[in-house]
Amino acid sequence: MKEISELNLPEDIRYTKTHEWAKKIGKTIKVGLTDYAQNQLGDIVFVELPKIGESFSKGDEFGNVESVKAVSEIYMPVGGEVVAVNQELESTPELVNQNPYSEGWLIELKPTHPAEWDALLDKAAYLVELKG
Amino acid sequence: MNEKRGASGLILNEPLLWEKGSTGRCGISIPKNDVKTSPLDKNMTREGPGFPDLSEVDVIRHYTRLSQWNFGVDTGMYPLGSCTMKYNPKTNERQASLKGFNESHPFLPDALSQGALELIYSLENFLKEITGMDAVSLQPAAGAHGELTGMLLIHAYHRARENQRSKIIIPDTAHGTNPASAALCGYQPVNIQSGEKGILTAKSVAAIMDGDTAGIMVTNPNTLGLYEEELPEIAEHIHEKGGLVYCDGANMNALMGILKVRDLGVDIIHLNLHKTFSTPHGGGGPGAGPVACTKNIEPYLPIPRIVKKDNGFRLDEHHPESIGRIMTFYGHFGVMVKAYSYILSLGAEGLKKASRYAVLNANYIKEKLKDTYHLPYDRPCMHECVFSDENHRSYHVSTLDIAKRLIDYGFHPPTIYFPLVVSGAIMIEPTETESKEELDQFVEAMKAISDEAREHPEYLKNAPHLSKVKRLDETAAARKPCLCG
Amino acid sequence: MVGVQSIDGLFPTIPEKYKLKNTLNLPPPLTEWELDEQMEQLAGKTAVSPEYSLFLGAGRYDHYIPSSIRYLLGRSEFSTAYTPYQPEISQGTLQGIYEFQTLITKLLEMDIATASHYDGATALAEALLISLRKSKEKKSVAVSSLVHPHYRDVVKTYFSPTEYEIVEIPFTKEGRTDLDRMDSIENLAGMALQSPNFFGVIEDLKTAGEKIHGRDGILIVSFTEALAYGILKGPGSSGADLVVGEGQSLGIPKSFGGPGLGIFASTNDLMRSIPGRLVGKTRDADGKMGFVLTLATREQHIRREKATSNICTNNGLCAMTAAMYMASTGNTGIRVIAQQNHDKAEYLKQELKSAGFTIPFDGPTFNEFIVVIPNGQNTYQRLLNKKIVAGLPIEKYYPQLKDHYLLCATETVKKSAMDDLVRELAS
Repeated sequence: MKEISELNLPEDIRYTKTHEWAKKIGKTIKVGLTDYAQNQLGDIVFVELPKIGESFSKGDEFGNVESVKAVSEIYMPVGGEVVAVNQELESTPELVNQNPYSEGWLIELKPTHPAEWDALLDKAAYLVELKG
Repeated sequence: MNEKRGASGLILNEPLLWEKGSTGRCGISIPKNDVKTSPLDKNMTREGPGFPDLSEVDVIRHYTRLSQWNFGVDTGMYPLGSCTMKYNPKTNERQASLKGFNESHPFLPDALSQGALELIYSLENFLKEITGMDAVSLQPAAGAHGELTGMLLIHAYHRARENQRSKIIIPDTAHGTNPASAALCGYQPVNIQSGEKGILTAKSVAAIMDGDTAGIMVTNPNTLGLYEEELPEIAEHIHEKGGLVYCDGANMNALMGILKVRDLGVDIIHLNLHKTFSTPHGGGGPGAGPVACTKNIEPYLPIPRIVKKDNGFRLDEHHPESIGRIMTFYGHFGVMVKAYSYILSLGAEGLKKASRYAVLNANYIKEKLKDTYHLPYDRPCMHECVFSDENHRSYHVSTLDIAKRLIDYGFHPPTIYFPLVVSGAIMIEPTETESKEELDQFVEAMKAISDEAREHPEYLKNAPHLSKVKRLDETAAARKPCLCG
Repeated sequence: MVGVQSIDGLFPTIPEKYKLKNTLNLPPPLTEWELDEQMEQLAGKTAVSPEYSLFLGAGRYDHYIPSSIRYLLGRSEFSTAYTPYQPEISQGTLQGIYEFQTLITKLLEMDIATASHYDGATALAEALLISLRKSKEKKSVAVSSLVHPHYRDVVKTYFSPTEYEIVEIPFTKEGRTDLDRMDSIENLAGMALQSPNFFGVIEDLKTAGEKIHGRDGILIVSFTEALAYGILKGPGSSGADLVVGEGQSLGIPKSFGGPGLGIFASTNDLMRSIPGRLVGKTRDADGKMGFVLTLATREQHIRREKATSNICTNNGLCAMTAAMYMASTGNTGIRVIAQQNHDKAEYLKQELKSAGFTIPFDGPTFNEFIVVIPNGQNTYQRLLNKKIVAGLPIEKYYPQLKDHYLLCATETVKKSAMDDLVRELAS
């Protein structure tokens, strides 16, 4: 397992206390799992994601990721409607382990309240959480 | 014997069933047909299910080879915590295969199944005596099925009082079956942490027990192998608010003839006949998970009940408040025959001795290994003790590695990574049927592995070395499931 | 060593007031020889063939079990092992169960099968719950009134703490489920029927499947007589989504009704929703083929209250037995044995018809059927005195069917015994 100093935590995205990341892409937001989360879970074997068109509030559980011997829920960093899901994960869930910030993304959403973005953590604040 | 017990012998490879045989072979003697054949409508039939055709010797060799890849209690010590892998006396198998038991049909009129009914009735009485409870149903098929039955009883009890409740208290040391059984009855499990001593405190239970909580599910001794000292007081708090106390009796092997759980304030308990009463586990069942309860819960027990009348024993279905039927017929009768034989063979003194020796053996292992392995709760234990890999982590060796290395020494590994409250748990339940020599060899093996962890950690990391297969890729199995050939 | 003077000091954490002062009130211990005697005496109080001539089925069936299977079950490496948590030393159980899963998928023409369930009834109850969990908003399931009455009872018990509704579908004059009656029921998540059903009649699964699928529901097919699929098409070929039933006929003794073998098969789509253990094929560190328990995240020890079921210990050794039986009969043997079951039952049916008895339901049957025995209760008792058990009276379950009896004839029933039955019934 990686030490905190070994984690890849990009500057240009935001984080949640429940270890999701969020990235603005125009008017939508892409969501995935942080390097810390994927490392803690170990080899991911299955990812369950919502259907396009489903809506959730901030903090709602929208799916889960499974390793061989654990299941972890994933939560909405901000509220919104799901506009895309990463279909690749159906056949290659290991992308979440390999490239959590690129090919391993989970969903893309259209935020209901764009202001919720501001409450998300930046890298420094997330690091504080991890060390906490 | 000074040598390490694990050795490699000649193990034969064996293909999958359908890679053997040849069309037209048959491993069963086909009965003669003494009536004329009468074809079924062709639209409904097919040319058979596509099984391979094998001869009797093909089948016998196949399964004999497969059996040699397995480790059972008859192979060696199997200290799997909370599973009570004691030796299974062979006479029990013989009794269960008697024609009058084995071939009896569940729909025979009662008058023609008196032997079976009498056996069930007597075994229910034995379990009443052992637990101190008022009534027993032997029907549940396994421990988890007994838990579900128990939860249904609690649900029916509160419904009859027009006081249905939504929550149930479950300690952090519980088996996963507990919350899952409760959830099947619609209860929201409320997690409660055990105290510093590794047991529940009455204070923490009192703090969360309320009028919307149906009761508590508690395992005693708990999965740390510790006796729940405050259970009577906990039961008082639960009863005060109208709740019921459910005891998971998976660990009853520590208590037979020592105390009666009824006296601790328990309202319902399930037992595992395949653990405590030595009917073998079968590589994953069949087991039996009878439930015992107090008088006020008896009306809700599943039907049918076995009753004794002047003219003999009967299956009785007229219990309007019953939760209903929980299995097609009256449970796993074949398993009951073995448990009944076990109790008859041991008698009261024998059962008590079994529990005492189970506890003695666990304490012996605890004392012998506590200087080598980290013991998170250094207290007198009951039938099992829980260590962890904390002392060995600095060598980058984990519980899994220690467990796998034990295989090379000829022992089945203990239960690992459970209970969840101990990180890297190693849960050892030696049972009463292991001799002192056997326990000493196990202790020596554990100590030798500890030395290896320090000096040759790679021995552990790559273990087991002597088994038919090495460590298996569970990730690949789960990512691309291949569940049939 | 353990820090106590005597064995009595071993329980310091148990307060004295709870410790038993007296020994338990149980019979004195028996030697093995005394036990043999006592158990033989008890076993002797139950009616079995050949002393009795039994025409009983209805969920437990009399079939020949070859000695080879009893012998193999004596391999205690199988029977004295636990659930295969340590795959390196459990490959025997694991490969055996993988083969069982495979043979069951062939028998039922389904994609996957689990390592076993408790019995047919408990498997059916869990299958119905899956259909409801899957659909989320729907709250009802339909269950044919020709599903074994005890199975329906168990379903009711499992459903009692929930708010779901079970609607029973009546039967037709043919003795089949009246599928047209489904059309008026709203909100159906799934539909369960049994084939061959409780009257022994083979159901029209295809039409049932079309109807329930047209309403976005799940088709659950149940069975009590697994051997029927030795010759019948598997329910999977008619569009079944879940197939659940009893595998006792596959080499397992009747044993007063248990242990039997719960069979649970499904389509690939429902793989992550089904309960219980699954064995999967994989490779070891050296690249050698091996087997492990897999998809465990569905199960209670990981998902706890969110698990697909609470099942843990199942009926593993019974699954091994069934696999041994299917391996022994092979494709050729199972077909011949299944055909013989049908032949015997048809012979008995025709003989009864010729003797003037009414066969009230004319749908096709396998090895069981219903007959009307006038003045049934007296006749049944009269035959019992002659050591013939003339099937199962079903009026208890279907009050409108007075004097209706369910008869069963398998390959173990001789023509002479059937002739005796007909003669005694007619006399």
